Amino acid sequence: MANKVLMKGNEAIAEAAIKAGCMHYFGYPITPQTEIAAYMAKKMPKIGGVFLQAESEVAAINMVYGVSSTGKRVMTSSSSPGISLKSEGLSYMAGSDLPTLVVNVERGGPGLGGIQPSQSDYFQATKGGGHGDFHMIVLAPSSVQEMADLTIKGFDLADKYRMTSMILADGTMGQMMEPVEISDDVQITKYEKPWATTGTNCERKHNIVNSLSLVPEELEELNYKRYEKYAQIKENEQMAEEFMMDDAEICVVAFGIAARVSQNAVVEARKQGIKVGLIRPITLWPFPEKVLSKAADKVKAFISVELSMGQMVEDIKLATSCKKPVELCNRVGGMIPSPEQVLAKINEVKGGLK
Amino acid sequence: MKVFEKPKALTDAPFHYCPGCTHGIIHRLVAEAIDELGIEGKTIGVAPVGCAVMAYNYFACDMIEAAHGRAPAVATGVKRSCPDNIVFTYQGDGDLASIGMAETVHSAARNENITVIFVNNAIYGMTGGQMAPTSLPGQVTQTSPYGRDVNHCGYPVKVCEMLAQLEGPEYLERVAVNNVANIRKAGKAIKKAFENQINKKGFSLIEVVSTCPTNWGMKPTDALKWLDENMLPYYPLGVYKDRSKEEK
Amino acid sequence: MSTQILIAGFGGQGVLFAGKFLAYKGLTEGKQVSWLPSYGPEMRGGTANCSIILSDDPIGSPIVSNPDVLFAMNLPSLDKYENDVKSGGTIIVDSTLIKRKVERDDVNVFYVPATQMAADISAPALANMIMVGKAIKETNAVSFEGLEEGIKKVVPPKKADMISLNLKAIETGYNM
Repeated sequence: MANKVLMKGNEAIAEAAIKAGCMHYFGYPITPQTEIAAYMAKKMPKIGGVFLQAESEVAAINMVYGVSSTGKRVMTSSSSPGISLKSEGLSYMAGSDLPTLVVNVERGGPGLGGIQPSQSDYFQATKGGGHGDFHMIVLAPSSVQEMADLTIKGFDLADKYRMTSMILADGTMGQMMEPVEISDDVQITKYEKPWATTGTNCERKHNIVNSLSLVPEELEELNYKRYEKYAQIKENEQMAEEFMMDDAEICVVAFGIAARVSQNAVVEARKQGIKVGLIRPITLWPFPEKVLSKAADKVKAFISVELSMGQMVEDIKLATSCKKPVELCNRVGGMIPSPEQVLAKINEVKGGLK
Repeated sequence: MKVFEKPKALTDAPFHYCPGCTHGIIHRLVAEAIDELGIEGKTIGVAPVGCAVMAYNYFACDMIEAAHGRAPAVATGVKRSCPDNIVFTYQGDGDLASIGMAETVHSAARNENITVIFVNNAIYGMTGGQMAPTSLPGQVTQTSPYGRDVNHCGYPVKVCEMLAQLEGPEYLERVAVNNVANIRKAGKAIKKAFENQINKKGFSLIEVVSTCPTNWGMKPTDALKWLDENMLPYYPLGVYKDRSKEEK
Repeated sequence: MSTQILIAGFGGQGVLFAGKFLAYKGLTEGKQVSWLPSYGPEMRGGTANCSIILSDDPIGSPIVSNPDVLFAMNLPSLDKYENDVKSGGTIIVDSTLIKRKVERDDVNVFYVPATQMAADISAPALANMIMVGKAIKETNAVSFEGLEEGIKKVVPPKKADMISLNLKAIETGYNM
């Protein structure tokens, strides 16, 4: 415990990013993630890094685009409405195969919505996040420790695959404090970036960072190649945690704060003798299809617990080929399901089992 | 004997620009400045969306293609991560003064140490001749077919005049490329804009009043004349801000 | 064992700070802890609350809907949360600011004139820590031992002179 400190989830992300070698941060204030910017504003000047408050989310993501073009680790963070503004940049980053880490500490929507926690940007995050055929790696922490760990992991994956990693958290994850331990000596894999635009030094042909491709055949080829990379990621990078799944008849699926709530409900239900377990996706893209598909052969029903109108339900159905029914247990608009609500749903589903 | 030759900072790729377009001249002026200052190896250019979208193929230095209007933000990122490199943007009027106005104003306000080449030809060229933020009152374009009606869509944006109100920028000058004398002046201004960056002075923007014969529907020579008679009275040439002079 | 605490009052009463102290105190005692603030536009003067869980086992949900211990630092907080407290739980009321009595009879209630007591020891901003002291005395959420270690974690070095005053406030609440 000695090295553990209490940190807000937002602060843990910021500190972990610095430890992962990110020396550039650009952002624009928006609740409930502004602690990330505040932390960076305080820290970066002291360690020779760059913090700059951009004039807009649009500018911030394009500053990120600029730094990433030079091959350096860089990040931005925002909350739901701000991520919509960044979606232009996210698409260009994908089209230019640039790595970065983007944090979305979600709040209720649509529109200006509210400022309380939400998971209703699931589609936006997992199905692309902007125009065109592309994906981001989407990581869903469910503790402050994971806010830190997945930030470090996210930077690595971004560099490894030359794409955006997104931390998809919610207001609760951003605002809560828990003990967290971030190593002073994070192992950072160095990836060669011969494509970076850092000046030719008149020694090589110029590098061009670009997403424009006016010849359809060539653009098609680029898309095919990118999707080969995505297939590789789907094969290699799925992450999920299983809890009490060994003999489970009912499988609760939840991530982030919803997983925390669901865990309480599962423990209670077990006390009542109900065979229920929890699968907690850690990567939302790639979705942990393998573990879910395996579960589909064992359990009798799934319950998706979400802070959205059931956006993850579709992915569960796809991953399990609709072999078993998928029920939804949710709250939205900034509300969070209570363990009692989830328990009641488990009981309801249990009652319907043959 | 000096033989006329292509600047080293330009590649051998043939320009895609229309006959009579002044982008070729402006590219050359930028490349000459880079050559003369010996900075090609450490220069990083940011191309816009618009007619100059493929500028990344023409400049021999490292190049980045930005989203529409975002070049100053991209350049900010590049410059902040590589402060010893030389970073320039090359943008048209739609890119810089319409969709990218926020990025323009704020990079100027921050006195971001970058060089901005702003090509103002009062029209959207790439998309086929629509009204630009700098189209003149009464100017006929595809989207102002009866002439720009200032009561309906307001007045053109005078970028140098506007930015000159800010504390931030180091150097703002408007030049034109309609005759030899003006082209020489433009070349000097562009070089100074790069020198300012080398000397860490900050934000320099050169507005280059130029032509678009194709979308203006004119012969190139007539376009140059139209520029002289219509654009220059509305967009007077000159230095709008030069902090090095103010300090003296 | 797990203790769920809800601290509620006006913004500016040190609600979040008191919670942070309890969380850190729990951490130094080797407990699992979580701290979750209400967040929003209220910076000063509005209502603020925070949830703290101190547990021997890993913490599932950090959200406290039915606290074991409620700090009611103003009337709206008592009105809002009185009925949420677990049966057999504890409500600590700042009786300087709240004139009414707790209506439930299935909870332990302690009336602490914390705001007045804080003024009396020349620490008017530390009614929160007086309440903390009382909570330490009347519940076994955290131990009275090793207070200083916990306080040092939450008082920034710039305000080191506040450490002893905080300790004094906690002790005052504890010994009342």
